[in-house]
Amino acid sequence: MPALQRAGNWINLYILKPIGQILVFVVVSAAIMSALALLLGAVLNTPWHGIDLLKTRKGIDLFNQVVKQLPDMLLDGISIGFVYAVIALGYTMVYGVLRFINFAHSEIFMVGGVIGFEVMTRLGEANALSTMPPLFVILLMILMAMAFCGILAVVIERIAYKPLRGAPKLVPLISAIGVSFLLTDVVRAVQALSRNVFNMPYPLDRVGNPPRIFDLISFDPITQLSKGQQFLNPPFLQTRIPLVGNLTTNMTTVIIIVSAIIMVVGLNYFVNATKLGKGIRAVSQDQTTAALMGINVNQMITLTFLIGGALGGAAGVLFGLKVANITPYIGFFPGLKAFTAAVLGGIGNITGALLGGILLGLLEAFFSALLPFFPALGTGYSDIFAFSVLILVLLFRPTGLLGKKEDEKV
Amino acid sequence: MKAAKYLALVIALALVGSFVTAPVASAQDAKVIKIASHSPLSGGQSLLGTAIRNGVELAIEQYKKPIEDMGFTVEFVPFDDQATPDVGVSNAQNIVNDPAILALVGHLNSGVAIPSSEVYNRADLAMVSPANTNVNVTDRGYPTVNRVCGRDDAQGAAGAQYAVEKLGSKKVYVLHDKTAYGEGVATFFAQAMEAAGVEVLGFEGTTEAANFDAIITPIAALEPDLIYFGGIYNQAAVFFKQARDKGIKANFMGPDGMDGSDLAKIAGEAVVGLVYTSAAGPASVYPAAEKFVEDYKAKFTINPEAYAAEGYASTQIVLAAIEKVLSENGGAMPTRADVAKAIRATTDFDTVIGKISFDANGDPKVATYYILQVKNADPAKWGENELVSSVTAPSPLTAKEMMEGGMEATPEATKSN
Repeated sequence: MPALQRAGNWINLYILKPIGQILVFVVVSAAIMSALALLLGAVLNTPWHGIDLLKTRKGIDLFNQVVKQLPDMLLDGISIGFVYAVIALGYTMVYGVLRFINFAHSEIFMVGGVIGFEVMTRLGEANALSTMPPLFVILLMILMAMAFCGILAVVIERIAYKPLRGAPKLVPLISAIGVSFLLTDVVRAVQALSRNVFNMPYPLDRVGNPPRIFDLISFDPITQLSKGQQFLNPPFLQTRIPLVGNLTTNMTTVIIIVSAIIMVVGLNYFVNATKLGKGIRAVSQDQTTAALMGINVNQMITLTFLIGGALGGAAGVLFGLKVANITPYIGFFPGLKAFTAAVLGGIGNITGALLGGILLGLLEAFFSALLPFFPALGTGYSDIFAFSVLILVLLFRPTGLLGKKEDEKV
Repeated sequence: MKAAKYLALVIALALVGSFVTAPVASAQDAKVIKIASHSPLSGGQSLLGTAIRNGVELAIEQYKKPIEDMGFTVEFVPFDDQATPDVGVSNAQNIVNDPAILALVGHLNSGVAIPSSEVYNRADLAMVSPANTNVNVTDRGYPTVNRVCGRDDAQGAAGAQYAVEKLGSKKVYVLHDKTAYGEGVATFFAQAMEAAGVEVLGFEGTTEAANFDAIITPIAALEPDLIYFGGIYNQAAVFFKQARDKGIKANFMGPDGMDGSDLAKIAGEAVVGLVYTSAAGPASVYPAAEKFVEDYKAKFTINPEAYAAEGYASTQIVLAAIEKVLSENGGAMPTRADVAKAIRATTDFDTVIGKISFDANGDPKVATYYILQVKNADPAKWGENELVSSVTAPSPLTAKEMMEGGMEATPEATKSN
């Protein structure tokens, strides 16, 4: 039985434990946010000493409104939070190994979205989009984006960062900002010259659309019949997935969350259980000593960029599936937020990036969904509140929620 | 390695050199008259910006002959404002510094037109706008600023009237893009709706371009029967698509910023049935536009989008004004102030979009506001959107004159299907 026991241990350590951890993060942050929102709703519903401090919109029962919106706010927050988390992994891994913030990562993420668009559009042009199994299409998009962006990140490292490795820390940072502008404009130029487009809408409605959930990997030959854009069934990605009670969500959200969990679990396994992962961890602790122990530092750095870039690319596709339209400028804000998430969780810490992403996603979703009820403020201020929370957290925990205090190496 | 560095240095120097020498090549010729277009040629709104540019180019090509017969060369200089106010203003400085530029057709965005026209006005450079509907564009009373399209106060009211009377709206949620144009027209719409007794559930501005989830959640909970988006198609399309996907059943509505086929390209089925108001009618309502559409397709191999015909009409006005100045001053190079004066004096001038007269503020004396409905998710069939209603209204100054003259000044619905 030892083999079976080992397998059991393995599953426990590398599958169940990380998934359990993610679940705990999601449930705890969701519970805290919900409790705060409900409390706020209840308190602000009755004017304090007759003074309506925040000037709630007239005729709105704030508490009821919070209750009504709670499931949607949680789902929105968690799904965008997972996207932020996957992007944040790229920032945090590179920082962990090189103590360097790769500001071009947000544009690698954008390129991932563009690759997803290209794969989807080409399949559509070949009339294969509605005939191929939808999950296969999405898997193909994600894998293509991962491969392309992984290699792109490695190439960028070779050209723009490696020659500057001995230079002062600000120099590669500036180089990264330059690369980020370069990527935006290269994508803009390529898409303008090849397709004459700026907006890159994903042809989501054309992805095959079987109506039954348990029949995902098959297609209905009837839907193949071209009827312009009229579909017999609701498009695949709009399929409603039942959750608790009569609460439902759509297929896109499920795909985002499931793929993000697979990536996080996979990365966790790679970093903690493989020899290469051990190498990366060694380099992140001390480059010189790692080199003395016979670890090829350059190889490990290349590998880190490959993985970070691949995750960024995958996140780009997931974001594209969610928002349905990609432009060359799309990377900036999600990139900035993911970077924030990485700092919030403790930069350099993989679990921290995940926690930070989910927390920031929830903060953003709650604030922008509830601020419209305070006409004096409005949705436009949601980022200010989300980032104020970040500042508060960093005031009390300067290394981030899960970051360890680290003495400057001499 | 060293050789590579020198090579890089040489390439960089060559690049810098080419930029420095470029303006020298275009030597100043006293006999050259330039007409500029200024609209977003790159970025998410380039579809409409390019339409304006193309309209200007086509009109110059077709109507420059009388001026060239007087011994001048007419040149077309397109500028790209990137739909961004600071780019518009910095281009404007360059434009006014070229003495050969006598008039300008632009912009697409009121938020860009207002600060840029401050620069034009200081240099007496006339601007004819094909598309800027914000009231502040002309209400500043500048002698140089004119437009061939209608105004947002009337456009918002026309939209509200249709929403109440034809769509039977009782509860509306209003969003805008925080630009001068979007917020302006959304404000007029919301005011008109409130005046008609409709409940305005929310009035929110957002610059979000991609993920509208958190904005949609409160809208879904409030269950409006109509959502109005004061903004431009590239942002609105993403919002409308995500709102439908989240199960929102409300009618969608928007101002003339919705009038671009990319709206259907991005949002697909979600915008079928969307109603938008426009200060630019579809080509089918202008009898003179048939030939324009043919010529446009022949030259640019694409369908004219909204504001192509308005760009063309603005250029017709500009060229006629320059011609008039030239014939009056005996063929000397016209001054900018004279051209601006001649443009403002335009009265009952036949353009591709009908007869145009400017009032003292540069508004067209009478403007028609069209209400259209999207009929097909296919962007190639954007031109088939149905004209469901139209309203003709005088400009505020004209209305005042009419009141003083004892005439009825309320907007009248001319056609309603």
